[in-house]
Amino acid sequence: MAGKAWKFGDDVDTDAVIPGRFLILNDAKDLAKHAFEGVRPEFKDNVKEGDFIVAGENFGCGSSREHAPLAIKGAGVKCVIAKSFARIFFRNSVNIGVPLLECKDADRIAEGDMLEVDMEKGIIKNVTKNEIYSSTPIPDFLMDIVRSGGLIEFTRKIVERKNRG
Amino acid sequence: MSDKQTITEKIFSRAAERPVKAGDFVLANIDRAMTHDITGPLAVEGFYEIMRNEKEKKVWDPDKIVILFDHQVPADSLNAAQNHIMLRKFVAEQDIKNFYDIFEGVCHQVMPEKGHVLPGQLVVGSDSHTCAYGSLGAFATGIGSTDMAAVFAIGKLWFRVPETIRFEVNGRLGERVYSKDIILKLIGDIGADGARYKACEYAGDAVKSLDVSQRMTISNMAIEMGGKAGIIEPDSITEEYIKERVPGYKLDTDLKSDDGANYSDIRKYDVSDMPPQVACPHNVDNVVDVTEVEGKKIDQVLLGSCTNGRFEDLKIAADIMGDRPVAKGVRLLVIPASRTEYMKALKAGLVEQFMNAGALVESPCCGPCMGGSFGLLGPGEVCIATSNRNFKGRQGSADAFVYLSSPATAAASAIKGKITDPRSV
Repeated sequence: MAGKAWKFGDDVDTDAVIPGRFLILNDAKDLAKHAFEGVRPEFKDNVKEGDFIVAGENFGCGSSREHAPLAIKGAGVKCVIAKSFARIFFRNSVNIGVPLLECKDADRIAEGDMLEVDMEKGIIKNVTKNEIYSSTPIPDFLMDIVRSGGLIEFTRKIVERKNRG
Repeated sequence: MSDKQTITEKIFSRAAERPVKAGDFVLANIDRAMTHDITGPLAVEGFYEIMRNEKEKKVWDPDKIVILFDHQVPADSLNAAQNHIMLRKFVAEQDIKNFYDIFEGVCHQVMPEKGHVLPGQLVVGSDSHTCAYGSLGAFATGIGSTDMAAVFAIGKLWFRVPETIRFEVNGRLGERVYSKDIILKLIGDIGADGARYKACEYAGDAVKSLDVSQRMTISNMAIEMGGKAGIIEPDSITEEYIKERVPGYKLDTDLKSDDGANYSDIRKYDVSDMPPQVACPHNVDNVVDVTEVEGKKIDQVLLGSCTNGRFEDLKIAADIMGDRPVAKGVRLLVIPASRTEYMKALKAGLVEQFMNAGALVESPCCGPCMGGSFGLLGPGEVCIATSNRNFKGRQGSADAFVYLSSPATAAASAIKGKITDPRSV
């Protein structure tokens, strides 16, 4: 199933993803209603389950607010593809299970292009342009967390191991 | 392979209980964990989710956790009030003694001020400006709420030990030029992602000569170039600051980067002739000499935040303003970073001076810096702020414009009603 690409530039900050006045909300679906509200008001109304966010360098810079990847998760975005990610945003996304792909060819993807992604292999297919891009796979250490279902599950296993011998 | 280590590698080696180098993935022991009223509720939910099958749902060590309310204080909405209630309940349930309610101040000021940060510690906070504590020689970094939930449960967290960029800043700052100008210069130079995933280490005689307050400003903003930490080798100035809070504290003299340690980059600066710096909308790395934006009309001035809301910052601003009033049509918001800093300003007569000048002096909190509370900007308005971010929409309308500067430049601008070189007033 292909999804549509929503194209963003470099240095998309967490205030752009979810403005500060909505940080009183803790639910992904509620946050998604305000995603990118200040900088791209049409996103929240038109994003569809399975769409993609495609961006340039340093996506997610700024605040440590997990509300930003949560809003993206709540919007049903299948995966964020960027040339690079800001550090805390990368952590937060791994921890809550928002798939990220670091792809140097992200610039080749245009607004509205239809994409198909194989997350395991990190292969991105641009259906509109009939092109294929590869991406940097997540390191093994982090795949352990992803395979556990996120940091909550990963940590629960550690707690249970400790308490039950 | 050299056994020489950066201060960052030394701290992670202790925290991971094995010798590590940059690039290693580790599960490290946390010395101190800080959360606040914005990112705390999600961390608490995550913690109970981790512990859902456990009979005893207790945090790993209540004495190593610090919880503060600073972003939305006093509660400015029903949701904020509910978040506060939830965290107060968690504090009581978990017997967390280091809890600071709505009156104490901004997390990044209160943490060092109350002696919760020591040189050499691995400190995490669910706020991106946690890197501020690098000013005291701790490795301090911002994390998310789910990260914090894991820390609450097991006292450990995953890291990739970062490479280090060493900034050697030498020379003597000119009159009315401060550490805020240094850090803006560095960020403008390297760019918003120039230190991504890396530890920033600030060295050189210009850094060594700064007091702790000025050091906090440059450590605070390491994140604005993508840095994981903004660390300064602790010295006698650090030791004095800590000793006032932790009696008997003695500095470990090995707590520094070894000669010959491996850096990903060493960048050298001489700040002797550097003019005051200003970051222009809408990116922190959009930095120019103040002379390039002089005369830009402003509507609001924000003097405060975890970057520049200490007594020393307010004093710099007050000295520049003297008995001159805030320019007609301009709003000056003064928000001391903590109750302690507020009281110092009060006793020194600064609060009276600011109020006589027509300023609004607020109780300690984050204020409009993160845009969730009062003091927001409307469409088309222009603000000059001593805070750390000027992202589009951060302080209110996405059609407003935020410039960042030192307290000196902000104060000079407040009395002139336009962006002003503090050396000219």
